[in-house]
Amino acid sequence: MNKDNNPNTAKLSPFGGTEGGFHLDINTYLDQDEKKDLLRLLTAGSVDDGKSTLIGRLLFDSKKIYEDQLSALERDSKRMGHAGEEIDYALLLDGLKAEREQGITIDVAYRYFSTNKRKFIIADTPGHEQYTRNMVTGASTANLAIILIDATKGVITQTRRHTFLVSLLGIKHVVLAVNKMDLVDYDQKVFNDICANYKTFVTQLDIPDVNFIPLSALKGENVVESTTKMPWYHGKSMLEFLESVHISSDRNFDDMRFPVQYVLRPDLDFRGFSAKVASGIIRKGEQIMVLPSRKTSKIKEIITYDGNLDEAFPPQSVTITLEDEIDISRGDMIVYPDNLPRVERHFESMLVWMDEKPMDPSVNFFLKHANNTTRIRLDKIQYKIDVNTLQKSNVDFLELNEIGRIVITTNKAIFFDPYKKNRSTGSFILIDPMTNNTVAVGMIIDKLNSEDLPSKIVDEKTLEANKQRIHQGECLISTDQRQKRYNQKGSTIWITGLHGSGKNELAFTLEKELFEAGATVVLLDGSSIRSGLSKELDYSPADRAEHLRRVAHISKLLNDQGMIAICSFISPGENIRQQVVQIIGEDRFTLVYMDASLEFCKNNKPELYEKYEQGKVQHIPGADLPFSIPENADIVLKPEDRAHNAQTIMEYLADRKIFPLI
Amino acid sequence: MTEYSLSHLKELEAEAIHIIREVAAEFENPVMLYSIGKDSSVMVRLAEKAFYPSKVPFPLMHIDSKWKFREMVEFRDNYARENGWNLIVHYNKAAYEAGVGPFTHGSKYHTDVMKTQALLEGLNKYKFDAAFGGARRDEEKSRAKERIFSFRDKFHQWDPKNQRPELWDIYNARVHKGESIRVFPISNWTELDIWQYIRLEKIPIVPLYFAKERPVVNVDGNLIMVDDDRMPKEMAAKAEMKMVRFRTLGCYPLTGAVESEADTIEKIVEEMMTVTVSERTTRVIDFDQDGSMEQKKREGYF
Repeated sequence: MNKDNNPNTAKLSPFGGTEGGFHLDINTYLDQDEKKDLLRLLTAGSVDDGKSTLIGRLLFDSKKIYEDQLSALERDSKRMGHAGEEIDYALLLDGLKAEREQGITIDVAYRYFSTNKRKFIIADTPGHEQYTRNMVTGASTANLAIILIDATKGVITQTRRHTFLVSLLGIKHVVLAVNKMDLVDYDQKVFNDICANYKTFVTQLDIPDVNFIPLSALKGENVVESTTKMPWYHGKSMLEFLESVHISSDRNFDDMRFPVQYVLRPDLDFRGFSAKVASGIIRKGEQIMVLPSRKTSKIKEIITYDGNLDEAFPPQSVTITLEDEIDISRGDMIVYPDNLPRVERHFESMLVWMDEKPMDPSVNFFLKHANNTTRIRLDKIQYKIDVNTLQKSNVDFLELNEIGRIVITTNKAIFFDPYKKNRSTGSFILIDPMTNNTVAVGMIIDKLNSEDLPSKIVDEKTLEANKQRIHQGECLISTDQRQKRYNQKGSTIWITGLHGSGKNELAFTLEKELFEAGATVVLLDGSSIRSGLSKELDYSPADRAEHLRRVAHISKLLNDQGMIAICSFISPGENIRQQVVQIIGEDRFTLVYMDASLEFCKNNKPELYEKYEQGKVQHIPGADLPFSIPENADIVLKPEDRAHNAQTIMEYLADRKIFPLI
Repeated sequence: MTEYSLSHLKELEAEAIHIIREVAAEFENPVMLYSIGKDSSVMVRLAEKAFYPSKVPFPLMHIDSKWKFREMVEFRDNYARENGWNLIVHYNKAAYEAGVGPFTHGSKYHTDVMKTQALLEGLNKYKFDAAFGGARRDEEKSRAKERIFSFRDKFHQWDPKNQRPELWDIYNARVHKGESIRVFPISNWTELDIWQYIRLEKIPIVPLYFAKERPVVNVDGNLIMVDDDRMPKEMAAKAEMKMVRFRTLGCYPLTGAVESEADTIEKIVEEMMTVTVSERTTRVIDFDQDGSMEQKKREGYF
């Protein structure tokens, strides 16, 4: 900004005409104006916070809203404006017809304005509903974020959400714009309290530069001109701040990364490698290394249409040639040999799900990163993070606007740096191979140390570990993988009840319904087990216990394989049922009690109870053996409701995501 | 200490070059749509820069409505010849032979048939899977939310609700057969940026942009130039010589001139900075109906 030192141009207005007695020399003006830099900023907040009004002010008050756009605006305002007689700045900003009619902004809109110090690009993102997707989009290219707060409301959930997203996307400068100061009588205490409140929150996040500006967008107070209503405020107005904030050192100039985008081969003698310098300074004559081949050479020339350069820096788009003939193609990366990026197939990343369709973790998405495209596998979701509370939770997949920390394996190695260090080589997008939509975007945290890799990832170490596991009889397919395949949680539905209570009828009906709904299900009942596996056992309490121990282990094996087991057994005692639960595992066990009276059972199964009356059979629970009614049954059913009982269990399973999982 | 900082123009240039190269790398058969206007002229220069010292690996295509200013056509042919461009000129032959024109058929029908339909015909004929356009987001409200890579279905239609998220400088270039992408490398440029860049880079533009005495007719407040004898005689009879220039270029009967003395880029910029009318108001076609640009975009027009 050396023009501030030039007395001939310092007072020139960007709008033409004269100011302070200097005549506008257009040539001088343009020569200077061409050199001003570019600031990309994000505005976050809702219409209620006065965001559109603030943007309207910045655009309007810096005289870049042309008069005819204004007259069209007045016409639109009369028809659908929400601001009464005043000009509705929001209408100026809302682009698409459908949105105008709904009175909401539902996408990122880009606005442009200039002063004589800078050119500005505003990414205007709405505060509601699709907030995460849109904010993340707007933030990805922004140098700075303005977060709006309504002074009458203070720091609210939305403020925290916006700030979190801004820090997630690595924006280094945040301005907290405390708007509507006119509604709190421009009270310094209100402003100070809000700032203090915000500071306690923002220190948990990684934002190096946080600023606070009190203003009233509606009244134009402290937006462009310095405030007169808040003599206690000695800082800059919003526009003054935006014009002066130092951003050129925000880029990474340390780690040279040149991700080859295009190979130029006009003739046999010339081979140029074109790319935008992602980070660092690329210099003529320097020794370089090409990834993944690790071949080395020297930079011969840095070519541009406007002449060769000695060095190039981000975000310049240049073409380089090398001293040696090396085979290089798009997606390769040229770096300095003493400063390599990660070259890995496994890494951890924050991922924002951007698609209406929820994540299907079994899909091998395309990953596009630094001019490289490869297929990936989503190995694991470490956790989902709630943007409002920052609480972490375990999930199996992400939905629209959800953010998770995930482990990814790529088909081929990619060359990356942690996003925190390098926005260009730390960011990627995921593309659905079927729809071709951009379904997610990611910010790489770092590679994973091999001991931290989830079990699914296969590398040399893992192969060795697998060998060990096979040796110990462990399976290489995890229960989790099987469960995803079957779309169900391997569980046991254990039905207890007296002889003749209708257990088996329920069990067989349930099996059929689950099967027809797509579940993978196995039924175990007394007659099937006793006809073979438990053939030598009788009905004494001891043999009953052994019999049920065997059943429980079979059920556990089935559950381990991701299958649902329906077990229909009298299992009369609490102790016996406890033993079964211990073998199978409490979290996989659903106890269903068929609550039938002895009367009902006798009527239902007269031949058995008649034999018992005649003394031909013994060991009948509920008759000569005790049957303890389970106190802890998950579901209690009456045989009289037989038409609905299977459905009741189906609903129970669905509610708990046992089946279906998704 | 060296400050590694680019001017806004150089940063916009670098961004555009990156976008243009990305399309050349990712698509099998891209084309650059060339309207002969100032924005196109800038875009064409950016393409030349992107592949220097090689030739640009894709052709230019001009959709000729057959009602362009004569000076535009002349400029087009000279520029392509002198700069070694592969230039495709496509027009709606059937409609042209049927005599479609704005004076006889009205602006709406003419634009639909000779521009929108002709464009779709041209894109289909050569099976282009990506087409560069010189649209800018600051031109018109519905463009503020346009992506740089704008997805079009196999009917070339644009669905504002079904656009892909676009983050950082990573562009999703995957399309199924028959679908395509419109690419706008100068999305982030403003009209002022364009003029400043033309001045800085000494980019040749059609002389119609500069003020000169020209025969114009006042039609409902629009100054329409008499460019050939197809203008109805009674209309042409009202022509008077005025010092005018054009802020945008299109079909001559649909493009209003502005009275101006600006005959250099500097004067144009000076005029622009004090001007009170945004550039698209000199295009007659926008007045058809509210939201009409959005409507045209949905149908496949840029």
